[in-house]
Amino acid sequence: MALKTDTMILNMGPQHPSTHGVLRLELEIEGELIRNVTPHIGYLHRCFEKHAEAMTYPQIVPYTDRMDYLASMGNNFGYAIAVEKLLGIKVPERVEYIRVIMAELQRIASHLVALGTNGLDIGAFTPFLYLFRDREKILSLFEMTCGARLLYNYIWVGGLSHDIHPDFPRLTKEFINYFRPTITELNNLLTFNKIFIERTANIGILPVDTAINYGVSGPSLRGSGIAFDLRRDDPYSIYDRFDFDIAVGKGIAGTVGDCWDRYYVRVLEMEQSLRIIEQAIDRIPEGDVQSAIPKRIKPPKGTAYARVENPRGELGYFIISNGGVTPFRVKVRGPSFVNLEVLGELCKGHLVADVIAILGSIDIVLGEVDR
Amino acid sequence: MGLLDKEFSDGNIVIARVDDLMNWARLSSIWQLGFGLACCAIEMMATSASHYDFDRFGVIPRNTPRQSDAIIISGTVTLKMAIRIKRLYEQMPDPKYIISMGSCANCGGPYWEHGYHVLKGIDRVIPVDVYVPGCPPRPEALLEGLLKLQEKIRNETLRIKSA
Amino acid sequence: MKNPEEIFEILKREFDETLLSIDNSAPTEPIINIAPIGIMKVSRFLRDTEELKFDSLMVLSGVDEANGIKIKDEDGVETITGGNLSVYYHLYSTTLRHKITLKVTTSRDDPQVESVESVWKCADWHEREAYDMFGIIFLNHPDLRRILMPYDWEAGYPLRKDYKNPEFYQGMKVPY
Repeated sequence: MALKTDTMILNMGPQHPSTHGVLRLELEIEGELIRNVTPHIGYLHRCFEKHAEAMTYPQIVPYTDRMDYLASMGNNFGYAIAVEKLLGIKVPERVEYIRVIMAELQRIASHLVALGTNGLDIGAFTPFLYLFRDREKILSLFEMTCGARLLYNYIWVGGLSHDIHPDFPRLTKEFINYFRPTITELNNLLTFNKIFIERTANIGILPVDTAINYGVSGPSLRGSGIAFDLRRDDPYSIYDRFDFDIAVGKGIAGTVGDCWDRYYVRVLEMEQSLRIIEQAIDRIPEGDVQSAIPKRIKPPKGTAYARVENPRGELGYFIISNGGVTPFRVKVRGPSFVNLEVLGELCKGHLVADVIAILGSIDIVLGEVDR
Repeated sequence: MGLLDKEFSDGNIVIARVDDLMNWARLSSIWQLGFGLACCAIEMMATSASHYDFDRFGVIPRNTPRQSDAIIISGTVTLKMAIRIKRLYEQMPDPKYIISMGSCANCGGPYWEHGYHVLKGIDRVIPVDVYVPGCPPRPEALLEGLLKLQEKIRNETLRIKSA
Repeated sequence: MKNPEEIFEILKREFDETLLSIDNSAPTEPIINIAPIGIMKVSRFLRDTEELKFDSLMVLSGVDEANGIKIKDEDGVETITGGNLSVYYHLYSTTLRHKITLKVTTSRDDPQVESVESVWKCADWHEREAYDMFGIIFLNHPDLRRILMPYDWEAGYPLRKDYKNPEFYQGMKVPY
């Protein structure tokens, strides 16, 4: 006998322990199955683009930090490359090497938070505490260099704000030797844990064509099986001089493109970042990090679009200059903004508890979604 | 409060004022609502992790406002979000305390000039007890803010003040 | 891999002259201008042709050109009438590794552009944001409403150059 049924609308409001920030999800459920998910964003809209039209080019750098607050070095990096493209200047070799080392250390720190909170949402409290302990070591390296723990304002247009401390290479090598065994410890604790695999394998499968059509990038795209990484396929700075592999999801625990694959791609990427840092830390040439910083930044009229591989995906800056000291328009393409669109597709047909696992595996930061 | 261990040597009887006892109970277990908005939330998470432990002060995160004593407003408050914060504040039972963490929650922060969607300070909607400055404040600064809140609670009284 | 001039030649063979033109004046990258009604057909062609294969829309941004007449009324409030709003599209091909920039210009008083959401699903939220910030109406968009500002924001479109802040919003004072 067919019954007349109706769907229920459940609100996962802006204040929720597992939504990684202020995100509102409107779930349309039938029993425990999801029929539709509608994200509502804008709860952290801080008007970055309006500020960028009123500040001079160097004054915008601290505001770029605060968009994706877990990967500040990457945000500064992208902005610096875009403005240097407009100005047509080239930075010294020492600056390039230090920028790459900082960006890779930041990638490891950001992935530690992503993996820790992913496990925390599913119910694993211990890896969260262990990974934050390791993250404190990276933050003390950053604090030694530029004085701040979270929002650095370090990579300026044309150079860096401070030179590295003489002890920095030695302490970085000590950190690399310390961190390699902790990745094995993380794998034993969480990655190959039977309960974690049951919760995340075969959940939220993202096919490659859908991913490219929706514009997904970063580890979420590589988890679906395609080896597309901006550091290899559209290289910027000096990434073409280093030897590293691209981590791709292979469906070891379930199907290709499920939540476990996206999680495992991040674990493998941390290992590859260690390789890049090892190759770069011994080859830093001598030089002056502030020699190419222009006294007054007034680019000629034109447009430029530059993109970098942030830990969450492809971060792009589109800058239009009309010849003045402030930009005419700055548009930021945040990877989390684009990655979040695909949540509606991924959640159809799953249970309510799976929404948390899928949201954790896409890894969004609301500062970047709302800018 | 007196030296509690010396009191116990006379047959397990402790004599104290009701005010002191209530305040001591309240400040030793401030259960906060897990409410992180923006970058300051990451520093709050780092404060509750094992390096700068929050749990040794008795502070644990709760998921719902109806079971918590304090909210740490960490991060920028936008106009869209401020309406919801007011609703959360009204859902908390008395006695409740608010710690405003970071520049953005104190006064609007770096977005004070051109932020059309930023509320310039959370004290425009709810009353604040302690302000912690910084952008973002170091974990040590947040711990000092917590200690200042504990001092404020220590000086509370149950008697109705008559002029 | 093709450069923008070659891509423009391929487009000119397929579409009418009045629809397109190329602008080489900027030193950093050449931009192809396209008419606002007709961008959807051109986008579908760019995505599906074998030699072009632009399968990924990198970013879609609205811009207020602010080239109209600036009028200052008695309170000192400046408004702009006339002038243009534009939309920039940056496309990329993951298989053939080439990039192109497109630009669509429409009038400020009645801005209407065809939506490319049916070609690249990525454009869905980008177009909602351009509507929210500038007021550009995208025709045939499935769900065009505000995305970043509150749904009942009456005070206009924030990123336009002549935007003015309201004094109060739902009882909260907005300026500093």
